[in-house]
Amino acid sequence: MTTGMPYAPPGVGHLRGDQPFPVAARAALANSQLRRNLGKATRTIRAKRAAVVAELPDWEELRAAGQAIKAHTMARLDHYLIQLEERVCDAGGTVHWARDAAEANRIVTGLVRGTGAAEVVKVKSIVTDEIGLNEALADAGITAHETDLAELIVQLGHDRPSHILVPAIHRNRAEIREIFLREMAGVDPGLADSPAALTEAARLYLRRRFLSARVAVSGANFAVAETGTLCVVESEGNGRMCLTLPDTLITVMGIEKVIPSWRDLEVFLQLLPRSSTGERMNPYTSMWTGVTPGDGPQHFHLVLLDNGRTATLADPTGRQALHCIRCSACLNVCPVYERVGGHAYGSVYPGPIGAVLSPQLTGIEDNPTLPYASSLCGACYDACPVRIDIPSLLVHLRARHVEEAARSRRVPGAEAVAMAAASWVMASPARYATAQRASRVGRLLRRDGRLRALPPPLSAWTAARDAPAPPAQTFREWWRERRDDGT
Amino acid sequence: VRIALFATCLVDGLFPDVGRATVRLLERLGHEVVFPEAQTCCGQMHTNTGYQREALPLVRRYVDVFEHCEVVVVPSGSCTGSVRHQHAMVARRFVDEPLARRAEAVAARTFELSELLVDVLGVEDVGAYYPHRVTYHPTCHSLRLLRAGDRPLRLLRKVAGIDLVELPDAEVCCGFGGTFAIKNAAVSTAMLADKMRSVLATGAEVCTAGDSSCLMHIGGGLSRLNAGTAAVHLAEILASTKDGR
Repeated sequence: MTTGMPYAPPGVGHLRGDQPFPVAARAALANSQLRRNLGKATRTIRAKRAAVVAELPDWEELRAAGQAIKAHTMARLDHYLIQLEERVCDAGGTVHWARDAAEANRIVTGLVRGTGAAEVVKVKSIVTDEIGLNEALADAGITAHETDLAELIVQLGHDRPSHILVPAIHRNRAEIREIFLREMAGVDPGLADSPAALTEAARLYLRRRFLSARVAVSGANFAVAETGTLCVVESEGNGRMCLTLPDTLITVMGIEKVIPSWRDLEVFLQLLPRSSTGERMNPYTSMWTGVTPGDGPQHFHLVLLDNGRTATLADPTGRQALHCIRCSACLNVCPVYERVGGHAYGSVYPGPIGAVLSPQLTGIEDNPTLPYASSLCGACYDACPVRIDIPSLLVHLRARHVEEAARSRRVPGAEAVAMAAASWVMASPARYATAQRASRVGRLLRRDGRLRALPPPLSAWTAARDAPAPPAQTFREWWRERRDDGT
Repeated sequence: VRIALFATCLVDGLFPDVGRATVRLLERLGHEVVFPEAQTCCGQMHTNTGYQREALPLVRRYVDVFEHCEVVVVPSGSCTGSVRHQHAMVARRFVDEPLARRAEAVAARTFELSELLVDVLGVEDVGAYYPHRVTYHPTCHSLRLLRAGDRPLRLLRKVAGIDLVELPDAEVCCGFGGTFAIKNAAVSTAMLADKMRSVLATGAEVCTAGDSSCLMHIGGGLSRLNAGTAAVHLAEILASTKDGR
C-alpha cells in the first residue's frame, strides 16, 4: 500500500541512515563505553519515570484521554490547522506552510535573511534536526547556536543527536569535558568534569549569545488551535531566554502537534513531564500567542511542516505514529535502544517510535530495516503516554514492506520463497508431518544432542547459540503411538 | 473438562517433551486431553515477519480445527498471544470478516497453560515435586500481551522441593523475537548476554519459562557456554512428581 501522498524528500535533513540497521547496530554494540553510558542513563530515567507514574491513581485514564484527543485531532487535522492559522494571524503572527524539509529550510532562511541577522539562537528542537535546518542556515552564511545543553554538546562535538529528550545521552561527563575544552572558545583550561562545573561553563558561553541574539528558532510541543497558543516545555530555562529576548521568533512545527483546545493541555502537561524526564512537572513551560506589543518578540512566524506527515496520516493503521508527543519513554524502556543507542537508527527519531515513524515519513523502501529493529517485546507500548501500539505498528509496517516489495520485484526474494514454502507445508498436516520427518536428517549433525553449526541463514543463530537437534520422535508421532497402544 | 491441546509447531517438532508433560499434567489433574491431529502452526512467524498473506491459511486452519473445542490449551504465551491478538487482525487485513469473527470466538476459549490451570481449572497446587534451584523468566508475550502476571509463579511456589529464586531484571526481553534473532543477530545476542548474566547470577540449575521459543534462545546460549544451567519449560516442572508418574 502506498498512500499516494509525497514522502519526506531524500538529500535534505536527517531521516535516513547511511547503513542498514543491523550493520550500524553491530558497530554500536562493539563500543563498550557507549553500552555503559546508555545502560546507566536509561536505567536512571526508567526508575524516575516509574516512581512518578506510580503516584497517579488515574494514570491509565490520562493515557486513554491522551490517545483519544490525538485520534480525534488526526481525524480532523485539516480543520484544526486552519483554525490554528487563523488564531495565530489574528494575534499578530504570520503562518507559513511547508510541504517538506527543503521548503521549510527556504522559508526559515529567507526570514532570517530578511532581518539582516547573521546568527540565530535555537531552542532544543528535533523537528529542525529532522529538516537539517542548521546546515541550510550555514549554507546561507547564518550561524545557528544550539542553547539546550545537550544539543550544545552535540553541536560542539560535530556529532548527531542520539535521543529525543537527551540528545547527548551517548556521552559521559569525561567526554563532555573534552569536547568543551576542545571546542568552547574561552573555556577555563582547568575545567572539572562535575555536572556543576560543566553546566557553569555552558552558562557563561551561552549568556553572551542570548544577550546579542536578534532572532530565535524553536520547535513546539503543542499548538492550541482554539487560541493560537504555542507551547514549549523544557528543563533548563535556556528555551525561555530564546523565546523572550530576541526581536524575531521563528517556530517550526510538525502539523501533528496541534491540539484542539486549551483544556487539552491539562492532559498532556501531566503525561509529558512524567514520561520524559520523570518529573511531576518540568521547570519551564513557555506559552505565547502571536505577539504582544512591548513584550517579547515583536515578530512571530509559525512554519507548519508536512515532510511526509500527510502520507503517514493516509494509512489508517500507521497514522497512530503521529500521536507521539516526543517524550522518549519508549526509547528508555527499549532493550534494543538501550544496547545500540540512537545513531544506529540513522534518523533523528530513534528507538521504537523512530522505527515506526521514520519509515512512514520517508516511505518504507528508504528505511526498510527499521520496522525489523525490534524483538516485539512490547515494553514501548506499556510506557507510551498516549498508548501508541508500537508492536502492532511494527508488524503492520513489516507487512506493508513485504507487500510493496512483492509488487515491485518480478522474482521473489529467498525469504519470500521460504515463507511461502513454510506456509504451504503448514497448511496441510500431511505435508507438515513429512517435513518433520525430513528435518530429522538434521540429527546427523548433532553432537551431545545439540547442533553447533547450521547453514545460512540459520548460521546467524548458531554463531552464538546452540540449536536443538530434531528429536527421534515428534509429539504427534508419540501421540499416535500412544493412541494406537490404547494406553 | 475436555481440553484440546494445541501443541504449537515448535513443541511438536523440536520439544515433544513439553507436549508430553502438558498431557501428563492435565491427565493427572483428572482431565481428558485430546490432540486434534489436523493442527499445524498458529502462523505467528509469518505474521511477525510481514507475511500476513502466508499466515492467512494457517489462521484459517487453526480456526477450522479448534472452533468446536470447549477449551484449548497452549504451552506457549507467544502462540496464545498470536491467536488472541493477531488472528482476527490477519483475517481483517484480507477483508474476511466472517473468519475474523470465528477467530475471535476461538481465541476467547484459547488459554496459555498457566492461565488454564489458575483461571479455568482453579488450581495452583498441581502436586508437583521438583527438587532443584529454579529461576523464572516471564516471557514478553506472557507478560505484556496476555498479562499472565504472577500465575506461573503461583504455580511454581506450590511445587514441593523447589528452591525458587528471583531473576534480576526479569521483565527484560531475552532477545529472541522470532526472525529478529536471525535478522538482527548481533543485537539479539547482546540482549541474550545480559539475560544469561542475570540467570547465572541467581545460581539456579534451571531457568524456566512458559515458552519453548524463548527457552530455545536462553538455553541455546547457556549450552554454547557450557554454563551448567538448563532451560526447562514450566510444563515439565509442573508435570514432575516424586514417583515420576
